[in-house]
Amino acid sequence: MTFGSIIALSIGAIFINNFVLSRFLGLCPFMGVSKKTETAMGMGMAVIFVMTMSAALTWIIWTFFLLPTQSNVLYLIFKTFGASVVPAQFDFSYLETIAFILVIAAFVQLVEMVIQKSAPALYEALGIFLPLITTNCAVLGVAELNTMSMHLNFLESIVNGFSAGIGFTIALLLMSGIRERIELADIPKPLRGLPIAFFIAATMSIAFLGFSGLKF
Amino acid sequence: MMHYAIIGALIELGFFGLLFGIGLAIAAKKFAIEIDPRVEKVLDILPNANCGACGYPGCSGFAKGVVAGEAPVDGCVPGGGDVAENIANILGKSVGETAEPMVAVAKCNGGNNANDKFIYEGIADCRAAKVVAGGQKLCPYGCLGFGTCVEVCPFDALTMSENNIPITDFDKCTGCGICVKICPNDVMALVPKNAPIYVACNSISKGAFVRKSCKSGCIGCMMCQKNCPSDAIHIIDNLARIDFDKCTACGICIEVCPTNTILNKFEEILAQNNGVPTAVPINPDETKALLAKIKDEQKKKKEAAKAEALKKAKPQSEPKGENRA
Repeated sequence: MTFGSIIALSIGAIFINNFVLSRFLGLCPFMGVSKKTETAMGMGMAVIFVMTMSAALTWIIWTFFLLPTQSNVLYLIFKTFGASVVPAQFDFSYLETIAFILVIAAFVQLVEMVIQKSAPALYEALGIFLPLITTNCAVLGVAELNTMSMHLNFLESIVNGFSAGIGFTIALLLMSGIRERIELADIPKPLRGLPIAFFIAATMSIAFLGFSGLKF
Repeated sequence: MMHYAIIGALIELGFFGLLFGIGLAIAAKKFAIEIDPRVEKVLDILPNANCGACGYPGCSGFAKGVVAGEAPVDGCVPGGGDVAENIANILGKSVGETAEPMVAVAKCNGGNNANDKFIYEGIADCRAAKVVAGGQKLCPYGCLGFGTCVEVCPFDALTMSENNIPITDFDKCTGCGICVKICPNDVMALVPKNAPIYVACNSISKGAFVRKSCKSGCIGCMMCQKNCPSDAIHIIDNLARIDFDKCTACGICIEVCPTNTILNKFEEILAQNNGVPTAVPINPDETKALLAKIKDEQKKKKEAAKAEALKKAKPQSEPKGENRA
């Protein structure tokens, strides 16, 4: 894995395949917490952290528990107890979604507890966003993409997770900046609030289509 | 082949579940945080409007602050005396003198009476209008009239009057002061709920400029200060200000004010005028009689002073005359 491939991967995750505006993942927080730049920033930071960590965790789960390889933990256990088994019998990749959700939810819960105890100020700042991320499809999406579709190695998974978080934060910040200004604008009554936000999201998505021309 | 897949899946998910379950249980014990049960009790009592008048981000913040002893027991303005008493009971503290209930009023009666400096066609928001050369009104202190205070009021207590001035529904207003904070010209102010008379002007410009910019601004003519029987109204920086502790609501200042700047928000007056404070004393006849009396006394005093001055002047001149002689 070269430095160039890392750059290509992160540019891809941030701009070309932006999680919100190109893959349409994590639209709930994109609409829900983009009213203020401050909260958007808090949410973005929380997402970057959780995405990076869960990308690493889920990669470990995927490689050592779910894939039918020589290093599958269950296969090794059965083998040491003398059962005549082959790795192909331990293909649990269909458990991916449920296992990943379990891991991410448990991890976020743990992080929340630790932060609440050790850094109350940070906990106050992140507030409701940490538990919200537990079931954020963007986080699960990163895990799925890293393992199932893109077959990345450990380091690449972490880079992809981090970059996806950055891409999410950028989209959220852009959106919140626009929405803060639109709050004061003279908009027809039926379109005020969420409706106009959907228009903006669509327009931004079209704008991000322009990045699909980037080639490495 | 088949049973390995089933058993393996059960083992794996069971293992994950067990591991995370135990892990989280241990973590919950290890990282447990003690929460004061009184915080929840106080939170139940509070109005939960999250208005922020107490200075905390919301009611839950204030509850924590009160229990920690950082916030005063009667810090919740919209809650008033009852809430303060209940909180004090929970915490075992006593309420000091509970603050007098306050309401917000607009210290401006300009609106359509106030002249424009230019025609503003931007975003219909006072804060935005204020940024453009200090607002479109010629008077730099008055109400800009875009109703930002009306929008932010969490209790729906403000509306814009026909004169394009925010008027308060005094039954709904809790004195939380959000409109006071949001107004870019500091037009909104809190006054005691029981004090009926207030000065509806915010301009500290000199009288001549006020005359030019607005038909109902305070020109600092001193009429109210000269005639007030209880020394409750004073002109400070070209603007009349009422000392609510001294004011007896006699209405003389309203009667003598040449620009109708001093308004009355007495209940009956409001009922007669669709809730709009008006420059009418509570009992016009009584006020007129009182005013006549005061003018009479002033005349007598003046005459007495003149007479005394004459008396003093005479003995001074007499000894001079003797000296000359």
